[in-house]
Amino acid sequence: MKQQELEKSKEYKYGFTTDIESIRAPKGLNEDVIKFISNIKKEPKWMLDWRLKAFKRLKNLKEPNWQKPKYPKINYQDLYYYSAPKSAVDKPKSLDEVDPKLIETYKKLGIPLNEQKKLSGIAVDAVFDSVSVATTFKDELTKKGIIFCPISEAIINHPDLVKKYLGSVIPITDHYFATLNSAVFTDGSFVYIPKGVRCPMELSTYFRINASETGQFERTLIIADEGSYVSYLEGCTAPMRDENQLHAANVELIALDDAEIKYSTVQNWYPGDKDGKGGIYNFVTKRGACRGKNSKISWTQVETGSAITWKYPSCILQGDNSVGEFYSIAITNNHQKADTGTKMIHLGKNTKSKIISKGISAGYADNTYRGLVKISSKANNSRNYTQCDSLLMGNKCGAHTIPYIENKNSSSNIEHEATTSKISEEQLFYCNQRGLNQEEAVGLIVNGFCKEVLQQLPMEFAVEAQKLVGISLEGSVG
Amino acid sequence: MLEINNLSATIDGKKILKNFDLEIKPGEVHAIMGPNGSGKSTLANVLSGRKGYEIDGKVYYEGKDLLEIPIEERAQKGIFLAFQYPTEIPGVNTNNFLKTSLNTVRKFRGLKELDSLEFLKLVKEKSKNLKIQEKILSRQLNVGFSGGEKKKNEILQMTILEPKLVILDETDSGLDIDALRIVSDGVNSLRNKNRSFLIITHYQRLLDYIKPDFVHVLVNGKIVKTGSSDLAQELEKDGYEGVEAAR
Repeated sequence: MKQQELEKSKEYKYGFTTDIESIRAPKGLNEDVIKFISNIKKEPKWMLDWRLKAFKRLKNLKEPNWQKPKYPKINYQDLYYYSAPKSAVDKPKSLDEVDPKLIETYKKLGIPLNEQKKLSGIAVDAVFDSVSVATTFKDELTKKGIIFCPISEAIINHPDLVKKYLGSVIPITDHYFATLNSAVFTDGSFVYIPKGVRCPMELSTYFRINASETGQFERTLIIADEGSYVSYLEGCTAPMRDENQLHAANVELIALDDAEIKYSTVQNWYPGDKDGKGGIYNFVTKRGACRGKNSKISWTQVETGSAITWKYPSCILQGDNSVGEFYSIAITNNHQKADTGTKMIHLGKNTKSKIISKGISAGYADNTYRGLVKISSKANNSRNYTQCDSLLMGNKCGAHTIPYIENKNSSSNIEHEATTSKISEEQLFYCNQRGLNQEEAVGLIVNGFCKEVLQQLPMEFAVEAQKLVGISLEGSVG
Repeated sequence: MLEINNLSATIDGKKILKNFDLEIKPGEVHAIMGPNGSGKSTLANVLSGRKGYEIDGKVYYEGKDLLEIPIEERAQKGIFLAFQYPTEIPGVNTNNFLKTSLNTVRKFRGLKELDSLEFLKLVKEKSKNLKIQEKILSRQLNVGFSGGEKKKNEILQMTILEPKLVILDETDSGLDIDALRIVSDGVNSLRNKNRSFLIITHYQRLLDYIKPDFVHVLVNGKIVKTGSSDLAQELEKDGYEGVEAAR
């Protein structure tokens, strides 16, 4: 490796590329490409029709432009919409048949897929560019009636569930990127937890972008039937490239009566280099419906990567007594930009929501919290508590808090608190004087700042996330 | 242990320490007394490595050029500063902070890092001696601590980190008489033939409990008088002006 590359790989250790033969759809966005995707995935006709309907709609939509981070115009005709390792197009029947190169790739990312070394207590679905390449612990989960598989498989094997719920939280007409995703989505995970079942292990999906000039269009659908519980986690990484790559995901969650979904994200897409060249555009639509009474959806996100992060994991609190939560850490360094937050839509009675957002900005980065809390006229006795804290490092970065509040019910109550602070010289000196170097000190202080959110992550990932928080800010002080 | 030769320190264009000399041998306890603005805290800051000073002169610690050593390494090599105003770090658990600090220092000294159980046992024993309520150690570092609790927490860190050179920067300020006694006992229990102390204070009060080997009077960035612990008594009687007038 050249010295320069060596330096770079220290900054972002997941930046390698896997050299693997892949199959791509022809470049560009058109009906033929959508048919190509649908065909290669052996989809039934209803799915193709659904995609084409979305595509038709897309022609009348424009990209939203109200967000704070601006980006150069994306040429949608100059992208590949499908890329998959040749060996994975016909999905291997068992893990033993998975291409060793892919196994090796995930091993390097810290996600062992082979049977002997599987992460204990965590089932993994591994998505590589446009396909799922492996799913672990499938059989064990099946015994409990739990479905955990790539969404492309669910479309074929569980069409009734997919037809019933896909697009039921994010309509295909929702907005530009959601509609684009509906037309060209390739893979992601499908989860169904049957009535009364508590999922015995963490479910997780690991998204990897590998191919160049390729967009990744993830689609994930999680349904928790009455009285069930599931905790799900996703992780994301990509190689270092000078080009900007698009990851436009749609994630839909549905919680029925008395069900609970805990959804955690550790997003570490390639953020671009020190000068802001390259990096992923992470334009994501995530929405959960608390459809049943006493249901609960909790989003936790640790966003450290991407050149631009633009997402608002939201909760529609339809069922009476339902609960929505959003815990977020967004870290932006160098030239990274984030415009992220949530929407809590209170429709049912006695619904509660809680928003804890921690934004950290360093270098030349810009970090915006944008959130909507809406209480409808029928949502009696509903409550929201919002706390937004921003931490600035240096004086060239920015932090913004934009709360939108609509309360149409006089028996309901919305509370909002916001703070902005800086890491002080005093705090750093104190830590240094106790033997910690600059980076350890920053890691410690920032982890303290984010504690309330980190505590929400499943144990297995909390330690990793803590380290990531420290690493993301390396070189930002001193 | 520590040799300071012709040290000058300037901040914001103002010269605070002027051609300052001092030698501290292993096991010695030196007290520096002086009026407000005489340069006492600057001395503590320069020795521990705080940024922002223009420095001239030489400081040797265990024979090495101290001014060339980064702050954290000075700490790892055994220099401990008990802060006059310990800073608050929200969200950081006091015990966790202390454990991280101890293990960093132990690693540097080639000792085995302590696991949580070993650490808690150690901290329990040490905090008992200092009459520190254990529950404050599970709170956020210095957040909402009373003045006395902050200072005791500094002394607890000192006893756990087992430094070689301790600098106490006005540790007595803000302490009531009981806390003063406890803190002094903590310091005295650490005195041995290898460990040295530099005690910075306004008042003679602390020196009733910790008996120094030498007392230096610092005025305008220079030591104007050095004596035994009796000098502290004199100062209390005649004030700093008295000392200056007698020169």
